[in-house]
Amino acid sequence: MKEYIDTGKKDTRSGFGAGLAELGRSNPKVVALTADLKGSLKMDAFAAEHPDRFFEVGIAEANMVGMAAGLAIGGFIPFIGTFANFASARVMDQIRQSVCYSKTNVKIAASHAGITLGEDGATHQTLEDIGIMRMLPEMVVINPCDYNQTKAATLAAAEWNGPVYLRFGRPGVPNFTPADQPFEIGKAIKLNDGDDVTIIATGHLVWEAIQAARELETKGIDVDLIDIATIKPLDKEAVIASARKTGCVVVAEEHLIAGGLGEEIAGVLAQACPTRMRFVAIDDQFGQSGKPAELMAAYGLDAAHIVEAALSLLR
Amino acid sequence: MEYTLQQIASQVRRDIVRMVTAAASGHPGGSMSATDVLTYLYFKEMNVTPETWTRNGEGIDQFFLSAGHISPVLYSVLARRGYFPVAELATFRRFGTRLQGHPSIEKGLPGVNQAAGSLGQGLSVAIGAALAKRLNGDPHTVYVLVGDGESEEGQIWEAAMAAAHNKVDNLIAMTDWNHQQIDGTTEDVAGLGDLRSKWEAFGWTVIDADGHDFTEIERGFAEAHKRMGLGKPVMILWHTEMGHGVDFMAGTCKWHGKNPSVEQCAEAMKQLEETMGDFAL
Repeated sequence: MKEYIDTGKKDTRSGFGAGLAELGRSNPKVVALTADLKGSLKMDAFAAEHPDRFFEVGIAEANMVGMAAGLAIGGFIPFIGTFANFASARVMDQIRQSVCYSKTNVKIAASHAGITLGEDGATHQTLEDIGIMRMLPEMVVINPCDYNQTKAATLAAAEWNGPVYLRFGRPGVPNFTPADQPFEIGKAIKLNDGDDVTIIATGHLVWEAIQAARELETKGIDVDLIDIATIKPLDKEAVIASARKTGCVVVAEEHLIAGGLGEEIAGVLAQACPTRMRFVAIDDQFGQSGKPAELMAAYGLDAAHIVEAALSLLR
Repeated sequence: MEYTLQQIASQVRRDIVRMVTAAASGHPGGSMSATDVLTYLYFKEMNVTPETWTRNGEGIDQFFLSAGHISPVLYSVLARRGYFPVAELATFRRFGTRLQGHPSIEKGLPGVNQAAGSLGQGLSVAIGAALAKRLNGDPHTVYVLVGDGESEEGQIWEAAMAAAHNKVDNLIAMTDWNHQQIDGTTEDVAGLGDLRSKWEAFGWTVIDADGHDFTEIERGFAEAHKRMGLGKPVMILWHTEMGHGVDFMAGTCKWHGKNPSVEQCAEAMKQLEETMGDFAL
């Protein structure tokens, strides 16, 4: 199996901050807004370098979405930054009408997504946002897996003409994808070719899926491994081709089963080539306080659970 | 031929009543309370024409309707001003129309910048558009109309705070203060209270004017312009009457979102002079 090397743990939100800073220097049309979370979103560099293009709107996310829509109508490319829960569920109607239905070029930077937000507990651990966002017509949903990919996705989001929901996280995680990689929205990233089982992962679960594939390899099982950074539009061809080859699919994500990537892929495969599947995701419950790694293990979102899911398909 | 503002407004009110009667749905009450203000805005006030209008608003004045349900008045004023054929008013709310129940950019109706209908969102959008003008060095003005009932939405007050904080002083926000909403008066339903004090407390300059008297409307806008560029956002509270212009529709919440019968429409037409020619039904 292909080697993937952890070059050191880095948080994906810092990848966003680095991408935004780069955009600030390269694209005078990029503006940024935050709802009292400039530091948490790593927007400090952009704010310091471009105070005229940075807007602190206070703890008022609905207004932030609307202001961004207005700036987009005026020809700017606004990035709005807050925690994923407040960037999705709290403002779904504003995003629906002022952004998606109005086709305004707003980029939603949603940090601290998922259970790895950790100690703050369930009020802040959004596990529904992928579902909420992928239901909206016009919306692109991106969930990159590490620092480098998040930075690349941030640059790509600015180039895309239309709404983008960019989901990333709080804790440091292995940084293993190439620096300065191209990021093609809507394109699956094949991490390994194998014939026995397909493992599809997104976000923080991609590194766990790599560890799972390594372990399965030691048992003589070859994994077809796919990183789905763009959840919507989904690279259906890549998913269908892999499912046809292996005949069984595991989908791993830091989200509820309901509305998640697994359900989306199940919907595609049910119509194109019905395939046996396992979901490594959270089933119909809220999270709780704890350390990220501890929570990932407790809620079954780690390499060990991906291995188990794959083996259960092959038994 | 040149029409007076009164003549245009009379035709717009005819259009509104005929549109909602033909569609057997829609919101005539608030449309008729905002008719005089929107007529003045498009025929006298704003520096924009059907020829210069673009959605991004570069180099022109820009209007956002936040209370999207009063789409009939917006559509009529736009059509009468020449943004699209007056005949198209007959398609209001019909399948395939550009004149959706609530304004939409989906089908590319000229003059519409943004979808509105789910309430409370347009003021925020207008603030963003005003900030875009500031960043672009564009000296033109952004206008936005919100409903008084709509001002019960929390987002309006989020926006109020943000506009003052960001010193958005190239924006003229307006409230159609007709004191009525679906379930009753704004006092009975929600205790809306003293809007002047509320907006002033949020750091805005507030102007009051009669929204049915064109001399007063002219004064209101002139006062607002005197306060552009002074570091504070401006709110004009237009004192209006729901259903204004037709005696049995005026001053009551009953006509917020209800269409007249064919007989009631005929009765209303007797009270509103046809000045510019009715659209064909």
